[in-house]
Amino acid sequence: MAVWSYIYAVWSPIVWIIALIVLAVIALYVRSRGQKNYKKGTRQTDIFISGIQVPPAEQRHVQAHNIYWGFFSALKGFYNAIMRPHTGIINDYILWLVVIMAIAVLVIVTVS
Amino acid sequence: MEHLNIHSPILIVALPLFAAFLIPLISRAGNKVRGSFTIALLSFVAFLVGILAVNIYTAGTRVYTLGASVPELAIPEGYIVPVRIIFQVDGISIFMGIIATVVMLAAIIYSLQFLKDQTGQDRFYSLLMLLYVGVMGMVFTGDMFNLFVFLEIASIAGAALAAYRTNMADAIEGGFKYIVISAIGGLLVLFAIGILYSQYNLLNIAALAHYMEYGTLDMIVLALLAIAFVMKLAGVPLHMWAPDTYTVAPAGTTPMILVASYTSMYALYRVTFTLYGGHIDTTAIGWVLIIVGVLSMLIGVMMAVYQTDIKRVMAYHAVSQGGYMLLGVGVGLAVLNDPAALASYGRDAITGGIFHIINHVFYKALLFMTAEAIFFRIGTRDLNKMGGLARNMKWTTVLFAIGALAISGIPPFNGFASKLLIYETVMRFNPILSVIAMFVSLVTLASFAKVFYSAFTGPEMPAYKEVREVPKGMIIGMGILAVCIILFGVFPGLVVDTIVAPATDALINQGAYINSVMGAAP
Repeated sequence: MAVWSYIYAVWSPIVWIIALIVLAVIALYVRSRGQKNYKKGTRQTDIFISGIQVPPAEQRHVQAHNIYWGFFSALKGFYNAIMRPHTGIINDYILWLVVIMAIAVLVIVTVS
Repeated sequence: MEHLNIHSPILIVALPLFAAFLIPLISRAGNKVRGSFTIALLSFVAFLVGILAVNIYTAGTRVYTLGASVPELAIPEGYIVPVRIIFQVDGISIFMGIIATVVMLAAIIYSLQFLKDQTGQDRFYSLLMLLYVGVMGMVFTGDMFNLFVFLEIASIAGAALAAYRTNMADAIEGGFKYIVISAIGGLLVLFAIGILYSQYNLLNIAALAHYMEYGTLDMIVLALLAIAFVMKLAGVPLHMWAPDTYTVAPAGTTPMILVASYTSMYALYRVTFTLYGGHIDTTAIGWVLIIVGVLSMLIGVMMAVYQTDIKRVMAYHAVSQGGYMLLGVGVGLAVLNDPAALASYGRDAITGGIFHIINHVFYKALLFMTAEAIFFRIGTRDLNKMGGLARNMKWTTVLFAIGALAISGIPPFNGFASKLLIYETVMRFNPILSVIAMFVSLVTLASFAKVFYSAFTGPEMPAYKEVREVPKGMIIGMGILAVCIILFGVFPGLVVDTIVAPATDALINQGAYINSVMGAAP
């Protein structure tokens, strides 16, 4: 069976490759319609925020710990609970192992 | 050529083992000589893996007995059980072997540039070879004790490699945690093997499976082995060491340590499907795997999205993605004794879980390498301090995007193919599990969108104005994995039919594994 004809569910490699080529052509076409006559490094490429002074780069970029703030805030209780076992202390990790082993042996002895 | 084919199982393990001890000597001739020797040897071993794979896919399970007059003679004359060290390589073994070999090649090529200015490189490459030997030995071995021996080799080499950057305190800590976990896991495995040996006077897996009686002691052995291997593969709730270790290991070693973890997953499957297959309550054990898988998926991804250390994000995602593999194979195991369900979706669920192993290793290795590429250039893993790196590190950006889209299950990358298989089959078993899997994929995408935004997009930071792209060797190492990701994504049917389906058949067909050894009885 030829590699090209390997269909996987509704998945055909040929269809995917054609789709990717079409998307690439569309993307290149849209890019080619852009403004070509501009000078880099001049006011033409400066950031414009309604005329107000542009803050320095470090202040414009949202930091990682602020991203999804609402999600983490809503799930604060959940995160407090799952952070607690992740102490970073190896003794605690081994304690988890001992507890799981004890539960497993109890279940086995009870079942058998 | 015929001799190479006959002796390929032992050569694949012996040559890197020999090279591991030769590398410190060769290093005296210079870094370039060592690098060339390592690449040449690994390329030859990859060739041997290739011819062994072709042999197994055409002729079936290969048995290689050390010290026998003919390698296929598992049981000596006058004996009724195998007594020698046996390598037994079937579809799932060679599948794991292919993964380990490809990742090892990419890791070596990447490390040649990444560690160019570091000291102790001779020890690094020796230990990496030993890690490879441990992994290949584990997947090729046909007896329990050698499984333990190779597990220990892989664990010790992995711990030393995790702690390679001795100038960093967290690297030493990560290596220490790994060796403690591995030592305790190894001891549990050894204790379990001791119990099996005391009962049956046997160590060979096929022979043990043949004579298994499944009493209370055997149940305890199963629990010990399962717990030890779940801990080694970083399944929840025994996963907490994984982010600490994966984060600090150098990028060339993290993929191989990951492969070592999934080799423990292979060992878990070998124990449940082959050693205990036909005796255990597959529904109950299947559900245990499913629950561990679902917990790993959820806890892993929710912890990952919270992190601000780029490598810790990926380490928690490794825990999460391991859950997908356990979920797929768990569903297959749960319906193993229901022929209709097995034929309808169970077999495909196992295929999805196994396919996800190779896909995950490729894109996770790529993601770890891109994270280290960033660390290589800017000296920090803190996402809060990054920004605008896409301007100067274009190749790293594109390769990261490929890895991120693949792990999120976006077509046409490889992650989509295996995740779709898992969603569809698990949906037919229990729709809620499938919904959880899809939710985890969504949060995975959100997590990588956060990382991509924080690290690569945004304004050019003054501190990173002079940052350049990483050296070509590192790009090539990452590129190999990216090409595999794209090819596996565009031609998933070819991959499944060629290397994944034989692995699924090997797991399901316990009888064939046993007969390969016990069927040779005089």
